Amino acid sequence: MVTLTVNQKEYQVDASPDMPLLWVLRDILGLTGTKFGCGMALCGACTVHLNGEAVRSCVTLLNRAAGQQIITIEGLSPDNSHPLQRAWIQADVPQCGYCQSGQIMSAAVLLRENPHPTDKDIDDAMTGNICRCGTYPRIRKAIHLAAQLQEGGV
Amino acid sequence: MRVVYFLLTVSFIGMIAMSFHQRSSGATEEPGKDKAASQKAFAAVYKVLMSPRCMNCHPAGDAPLQGDDSHPHMQNVQRGPEGKGVYALKCTNCHQPQNTSGEHMPPGNPKWALPPADRKMVFQGRSPRQLAAQLLDPRLNGGRTKEQLIEHVTSDTLVLWGWHPGDGRTLPPLNHAEFARQFKRWIDKGAYLPDK
Repeated sequence: MVTLTVNQKEYQVDASPDMPLLWVLRDILGLTGTKFGCGMALCGACTVHLNGEAVRSCVTLLNRAAGQQIITIEGLSPDNSHPLQRAWIQADVPQCGYCQSGQIMSAAVLLRENPHPTDKDIDDAMTGNICRCGTYPRIRKAIHLAAQLQEGGV
Repeated sequence: MRVVYFLLTVSFIGMIAMSFHQRSSGATEEPGKDKAASQKAFAAVYKVLMSPRCMNCHPAGDAPLQGDDSHPHMQNVQRGPEGKGVYALKCTNCHQPQNTSGEHMPPGNPKWALPPADRKMVFQGRSPRQLAAQLLDPRLNGGRTKEQLIEHVTSDTLVLWGWHPGDGRTLPPLNHAEFARQFKRWIDKGAYLPDK
């Protein structure tokens, strides 16, 4: 059994230590907001936070995550009130939506480390998250909007 | 008696002059030093350092390199101030403490990173002479002495990764033991710079 803390909740997981964290989240814990895209750390759809960093859960093994703090899109805020979640809705970012949880989890690290990102900062942070629908202009707009919401404390 | 003093003085000055002449012309070397052997050893070392497994993380720019063609890392990955990437694209977000199995999967090591922005330790584009001089300069090599350089290339886990690079990646042109031996020989024989 492996002890895993996901979204502030502790789980005892009966799984191999070399199972990808993504499998554990989706198939064992039922947290399906995190998506499988490529399985090779190339697309960013599986991005979750490991001790606050935006790791690719498809290549992160369970034994690296054991005993650490994991946050998924379901735990980013208790009520979808994170500035990024509100900005995403306001800017109507998603098209098909498949990549968007990964996009938001990556953007959350950007905004934490750089509360006022420029377009270049956003490009530097977000180019690892691929969107097949090409929603990039709306993603950039929403991140700027979220920065304003975060600054305003609303 | 004056003649004797005069002869002694002349011969003493002559010996000093000859000594300076020999030192400046390199006609003699300290015991155990050998310029040709040292330079030859560095030529072997240089081939390894410029191989993709070493050079890809010592780029001239601020993006790591990938593959045997040393192309810039996909996803616009940046060095960052500490050499660990930026924001959501930090090295260890994808690169694990170990290689991920399978071709084209992320290689890994507990120390996976580029050199930091204030000490880039660039290999790419350096001539043998430039790279040798850079390696020996404590201001540019992380404050390492020659002995520490030998220790670094002999046992550092990230250096050793170059010979265990994961599936589908070519190895450097020498095996690690021979690389470390040639590096030590370069230093032991005088750490001479290549001519070019």
